[in-house]
Formats: sequence, structure tokens, C-alpha cells
Amino acid sequence: MLTVSNVTKIFNPGTINEKVAINDLSITFHDGDFITVIGGNGAGKSTLMNLISGVYPIDAGSIQLNGKEISRLPEHKRAKMLGRVFQDPMMGTAADMEIQENLALAYRRGRGRGLKWGISHKEKELFKTQLARLGLGLEDRMTSKVGLLSGGQRQAITLLMATLQRPELLLLDEHTAALDPVTARKVLELSEELISEAKLTTMMVTHNMKDAIAHGNRLIMMNAGKIIFDISGVAKQRLTVDDLMHEFAKAGGEDLSDRALLS
Amino acid sequence: MEAVSLFFTSFGKSLPGTFAQGLIWGIMALGLYLSFKILDFADLTVDSSLATGGGVSAILITNGVNPALSLLCAFGAGMLAGAVTGLLNTKLRIPPILAGILTQLGLYSINLHIMGRPNLSLLGKAGVLSMSNNTQAIILSVIVCVALILIMYWFFGTEIGNAIRATGNNEKMARAVSINTDAMKVLCLVLSNGLVALSGGFLAQYQGYADVNMGRGAIVIGLASIIVGEVLLGRFTNFIVRLTSTIIGAIVYYVIIAFVIQLGLPSEDLKLLSAIVVAIALAVPALKKKKVKAQLIKAVAGEE
Ligand SMILES: Nc1ncnc2c1ncn2[C@@H]1O[C@H](COP(=O)(O)OP(=O)(O)OP(=O)(O)O)[C@@H](O)[C@H]1O
Ligand SMILES: [Mg+2]
Repeated sequence: MLTVSNVTKIFNPGTINEKVAINDLSITFHDGDFITVIGGNGAGKSTLMNLISGVYPIDAGSIQLNGKEISRLPEHKRAKMLGRVFQDPMMGTAADMEIQENLALAYRRGRGRGLKWGISHKEKELFKTQLARLGLGLEDRMTSKVGLLSGGQRQAITLLMATLQRPELLLLDEHTAALDPVTARKVLELSEELISEAKLTTMMVTHNMKDAIAHGNRLIMMNAGKIIFDISGVAKQRLTVDDLMHEFAKAGGEDLSDRALLS
Repeated sequence: MEAVSLFFTSFGKSLPGTFAQGLIWGIMALGLYLSFKILDFADLTVDSSLATGGGVSAILITNGVNPALSLLCAFGAGMLAGAVTGLLNTKLRIPPILAGILTQLGLYSINLHIMGRPNLSLLGKAGVLSMSNNTQAIILSVIVCVALILIMYWFFGTEIGNAIRATGNNEKMARAVSINTDAMKVLCLVLSNGLVALSGGFLAQYQGYADVNMGRGAIVIGLASIIVGEVLLGRFTNFIVRLTSTIIGAIVYYVIIAFVIQLGLPSEDLKLLSAIVVAIALAVPALKKKKVKAQLIKAVAGEE
């Protein structure tokens, strides 16, 4: 369970560039919640994720994960509990390292690192079966450098890396936005599979309203650093894109992004 | 004709010494490989930590300490210097170049204090190697280089070694897989400067003196070695070959320098020459890219 209580984040306070990115926001994620997050550009979706994962410190409030206050922990310590996939497919993997080395790094997330060999034979077998299920033929290229792969392949690997050690919370920030439609669909399906299989508590930001409706058991809409709409269960299943547009207009939000309108 | 043969005889005579020097500087290049290539951190500390190593080793030997033990102390002193740069960068958020420059500047005074004077002669004191016996010096430095390469190969295959590589390659990703990137940076700079200082210790014993300015331009020499090594053996991606090529790069660099000196280049122009050579070498990848891009644009324009 993740509890975000009265969290505020102000960028560049006291300057003309002052920006209240998250405004006294509170929300509770229950175990097994798969939450899709929508909202216009600059609504604060990424910032919320970055505050949870510790990229920046919060200015007020508290964040508790399974009863533990994490808002003062450095990013790498929070990472022990979190799985993350970024929008930029280049961000989630080390390009100059082999596919299997990347997976081995992720396999050690949350565990100590010592002078043992960085990858064992048993792990290689495990990685091979895991890669095989992606259906991208990567299981035969385990010693290839990740930098040689396409964005979609890299994002699929990042997804695998984020879930190799079961995360207490999985954070997906528009992780299919940079991919071509076919690849995006594949990666999204893979996400759905991994999430439902391990019943992962998940937060997924997307600009595609159809995806936001089709996936997950709960949907939240953000605007100007606040959550303006939070719907789950049967009500969420009945939701249509028109409903969402309506909700958005009601909250006085600026237009949803073009991408959202087109979808 | 006679002049040419004279030239080559005297150049040939100088070769063993050149080789020994190249091998010793190769140790320093290995240190720079850690910071510059693996961590992607242009660490200017090395220009002073080399002299720290030389100074520590020389002053200890003058005080009757075993020369081999003095090298160990030199390594330790270099590690401390690396830790300072690392902490300046990670804890105080000072940018890499500036953090290195600050340590380098501060170390200059500390090095003077260590030696008690700008130049410390080891005349009449035996070191582990000396320019009076180049064969022995070469054998010993080859053994040291091989041992260091093997240790580094092992280390960068371990969990911690991989964590350092990930930190240098993609910091954001490294943190996302719960790597303490600050600690890895400090560790890498510690090891790097340890090696640089070790090289300084060997150099002081080899040439028979330590000088507070002995590391001036070390970073350029190290970069030149790495680049020359890449030019010669760049098509091999194996880590052992990469490290070996760095040592070979250092040797080739010194052979070239010896050659130009033999040709009559005044030694005061050496640093200028080194700087120009490294600048050109660093520019090559960018120039190549530009050329490829220009060709592409031309090709596309041609099609339309
Ligand atoms: N590091 C930063 N420094 C200053 N301002 C920032 C920073 N990060 C985000 N902001 C500002 O905070 C606001 C929220 O940004 P955020 O990236 O969270 O939006 P978002 O909802 O993810 O939008 P998008 O859909 O475009 O990704 C924006 O006004 C943005 O300019
Ligand atoms: Mg965003």
C-alpha cells in the first residue's frame, strides 16, 4: 500500500519561474491496484512519480510505502522497492553493457552487491527463459550490447528488468509513447501480462485515453498538480472517452493534449 | 647517409628506456581509463596525484622505508586524493572538471609539504627499478602491468565492478536498479588515483627523483595513450584487450615522443606537441560524424 499525504512540490521557489507542480496532493494505492493516470501536459504526472521514486525531494507532506516512510530516503534506496520504466527507451538500460549484464544488474535490485561474479550460470538460464517470452528473439542475443537494439526492444527489456525482482510498486511513465503503434501495443500487452501475473501494484501514466480505460482497475485524472477525478471498479469499466473529456472540461482544465484528442 | 644511420643508432639505443617509461606511464593510463572511460569522468586530479605518489615514495625511501612498501603507501595516498575529488563531486555537487581542478591545486601544496622541497633526489638509494638497468625495469613493469590488467578484468566482472560500469554508462538506470551511484563514483575515483599515484611512485624510483611538477600534463599523456591504443586495437571490444591496448598506447606514445626529440624538437615544445596530437585525436570522431552526415545530406539531396 502506498500512501501519499498532502504532498506539495514547488520548483524554483521564490523566482519568476516558480511552479507549483504538485499541490497538496493525497492518494492511497491499495495492494494490487493497477492505476492509469491521465492529464494534460504539465499536469504533474511525471513529477508525482519522480517524488515517489525520489528523483526530487518533496517540499511538504509524507509518502509511505507499506507503512514505511520513504520520502526522506535517497533514490537508490527507494529503488529497492520500486520498478520503473521511463518514457525514453534509452533511459532504462545501459547501452554499452550486454543484454544479460543489464538483466543481472536489475536482478540485484534491492540486494547487496559484493565481489561475487556479476552474473551466474543459473541466472543466465533464468534470463534466457524470461527473454524468450518477449518473443523478440533476444534470448539468442544475450551477449549483444543493448545499444544495438531498437527502442521497442530496449523498452521490453526495461520492463522485464523492472519486474525481475518483484517491486512493491511499479511506475510506468508513458513507457510506450516513444514507440511506433505496433510496438507500443506489444509492449503494453507485455506490461499487462507481467502486472496481472504477479498482481503488481502499478501506476501507469498514459496520454492515450482508450488505453487508460482499457487497462487497470482504477483511473485518476490530474490537473495543475491535483487529482481531479478518481474512479475505480465497475464505474471505471463503464467509462467512455467522452465521459473523460466531459470530466476534464468540468474541472476547468485546459485542453487535454492533442495526442489525447486524436486517440 | 651516415647522419641517418647515426640517427637510428642513437634512437635505437634510447628504445629500452623509452619502453620502460611507456610501461610506467601505462599504469597511469590504466588509472585514467577507469575515470575517463568507465566512469565517464574527466578527472584532472591526476596531474597532481601522480606527483603525490612520486613524492610519498621518494620521501619514504629517503627515510629508509622499503621501496616496495613505499609504493603501497603511494597507492594509498593517491586513493585519498581520489576520495577528495569524489566527495567534492558527489556530496557537494561540484562539477567533475572543477572538483578535479580543486583537488589538483590543493594537492600541489600538499605535495610540497610531503617532499619538504620541490625536488627530491634518490641519488644513491636503491629503488625497485632504475633507469640504470632498463632490462630489469622493463621486466618488472611488464609483470606489474599484466597483474594490474588481470585484477582489473576480474574486478569489473564482479557485482560491484558491474555497478561502477552501469554508473558510468547510465546513471539514471543505475539508480533505478538500486545502485548507490555516488558511492560507485567515489570508489572508482579512489581506485583510479591510486593507480596514478602508484605509477608516480614507480616513475620517481625509475628516474631517481621526485619532482612536484612531474605530473604536469599527465591527463593529456593518459588520454593520448588511451586514444592511440584505440586507434591500434579499437576493433577488439574485449575488456582485456582494451586495457592492454591502453598500455601499448602509452608505449607507442613514448616511442613517438622519443622519435621527435631525436629529430631535434626542443624538449620545451613537447607539451605543445602532445596537446595538439590529443586535440586532433579527440576531434576525429566528431569530424568523422560530420563527414558522414554531409555525405548523407548530399545523397538524400541527390535523390530528390
Ligand atoms: N525539474 C523541473 N524543474 C522545474 N520545473 C519542472 C521540473 N519538472 C517539472 N517541472 C514543471 O512542473 C510541471 C509539471 O510537470 P510534469 O513533468 O510533472 O508534467 P506531466 O504531467 O508529466 O506532463 P507531460 O504530459 O507533458 O509529461 C510543469 O509545469 C513542468 O514544467
Ligand atoms: Mg510526463
